Amino acid sequence: MIRSITRQKPEEEIDRLLDGLGRVFIIGCGTCTTLTKTGGEPEVRAMKERLSGQGRLVTGDMVLPVACDNLTGEALNEYGQQIDQADALLIMTCAFGVQTIARQLEKMVVPALDTLFIGKENGIGRFDEICTQCGTCILGETGGICPVTSCHKGLVNGPCGGTNNGKCEIDPEKDCAWTLIYNRLKDLGRLDSMRTYQKPRNHQGEPSPGKFILSA
Amino acid sequence: MISSFKKALESGKFVVTSEVAPPKGTNLEKMPHHIELLKDKVDAMNVTDHQSSVMRFPSLGGALLVKEMGGEPILQMTCRDRNRLALQADLLFAASRGINNVLCLTGDSVVLGDHKEAKGVFDLDSCQLLAAIRRLEKGKDLGGNDLDGSVSFCAGAIVTPEANPIEPQLIKFEKKIEAGAEFIQTQAVYDLDNFKKFMGYAKQFPVKILAGIILLTSAPMARFMNKNVAGVNVPQELIDEMASAPKGRALDKGIEIAGRMIKRVRDEKMCDGVHIMAIGREELVPDIISAAGLI
Ligand code: SF4
Ligand code: SF4
Repeated sequence: MIRSITRQKPEEEIDRLLDGLGRVFIIGCGTCTTLTKTGGEPEVRAMKERLSGQGRLVTGDMVLPVACDNLTGEALNEYGQQIDQADALLIMTCAFGVQTIARQLEKMVVPALDTLFIGKENGIGRFDEICTQCGTCILGETGGICPVTSCHKGLVNGPCGGTNNGKCEIDPEKDCAWTLIYNRLKDLGRLDSMRTYQKPRNHQGEPSPGKFILSA
Repeated sequence: MISSFKKALESGKFVVTSEVAPPKGTNLEKMPHHIELLKDKVDAMNVTDHQSSVMRFPSLGGALLVKEMGGEPILQMTCRDRNRLALQADLLFAASRGINNVLCLTGDSVVLGDHKEAKGVFDLDSCQLLAAIRRLEKGKDLGGNDLDGSVSFCAGAIVTPEANPIEPQLIKFEKKIEAGAEFIQTQAVYDLDNFKKFMGYAKQFPVKILAGIILLTSAPMARFMNKNVAGVNVPQELIDEMASAPKGRALDKGIEIAGRMIKRVRDEKMCDGVHIMAIGREELVPDIISAAGLI
């Protein structure tokens, strides 16, 4: 399943965003941020303790089942009073959740997390970004491995000169996407696909912000 | 207009190129000095483009300076900092000022440089930049629109003969030639027997190849490159030879080694010439050239 991958913002940044806001309501999410241990029950509890320790009043807290769901509005209603008392909502969901909540409530929202990417869990505790939804998919020509995402530079005609022992120039822990693609296409007997010139990518396959309307 | 560099490549002579780096800032004292020193000794000078993703005076400005001083510039262009509009515009400007040699590079990641939070553009890659040049020459831009006025370039690219793994690198090398590369400057090569093997393969392509020679300045510098620079492999014998130099004479040893290598490349007719990189020590390039017996 794909997940929204998040990382907690530095405490100083959260404190700066909460500057002058004494009463806070904290919201976590039972789905992605629970899985990544960035906004589940334990993390919400720890945040509550930290903020209380700073002398702030935590008017309440909750962990939504799925923060990005449209039902979030109803779930929030149950905490109406505690939310009303707060100066701001400190939100420990991904940015999809933050925006969903911001649309429901007339309250200042403060994200406690940075949303890094939409990723896939590849083994326990490891999440990888494998598609950046570019709008012009070329997986059919690369053996099912995405260079737009997995190559640090998004190169589509083969590796740069920085490949080092099959790893990426920016991080010896990261595989060079083009070594992976080469090996894959070789196994499939389809290296011709890599030899084919790819013209400059269309970066406006769906101009940002993306929008899709189901036709009747 | 055919550039003098292109003429040199086509003449069959042993071609020598070198490089000059624009300054960090507007102090242009050192660069003209290097240009003056080199312009009559090499066939062309690469002007580096924010090398290692470190922000500097632009390569286009540097190339213009080389031109104004009577030298022959090779404009290095990376795809890291400009999208296809900006790259094409800079090519038009270059052509208008008689800068007709371009080296097309993907460019290092911004993460490795001195503006680590910048956006890496990579709207085009090196193959696509080469193709863009060929298209501009046909009077069209990448959007398919007609251009008013013509351009003509001698376009090149790079290859890393010691890349690991080598096969994906060679596929890209071939794609660069198909996209329009007329010359290739290689990443530094030190093991010339290995390089000969690479040339055994590369000779079949219609492209001029200049072997990359990086001046070794000390044994620790050689070890550092082995550890940190992708595709550079200084053999142990050369490191030992550098280490054997008397105190304070390592640089002389480096010049001697570079000269010896260039001479061998030339004597054995391995390829079409050399590209000498004396990173930060450009003033030593004439010494290397004379150590090679070229002047
Ligand atoms: S090319 Fe890559 S980023 Fe684009 S849609 Fe396909 S998998 Fe996603
Ligand atoms: S080393 Fe490989 S993955 Fe990294 S930027 Fe270069 S081609 Fe892309």
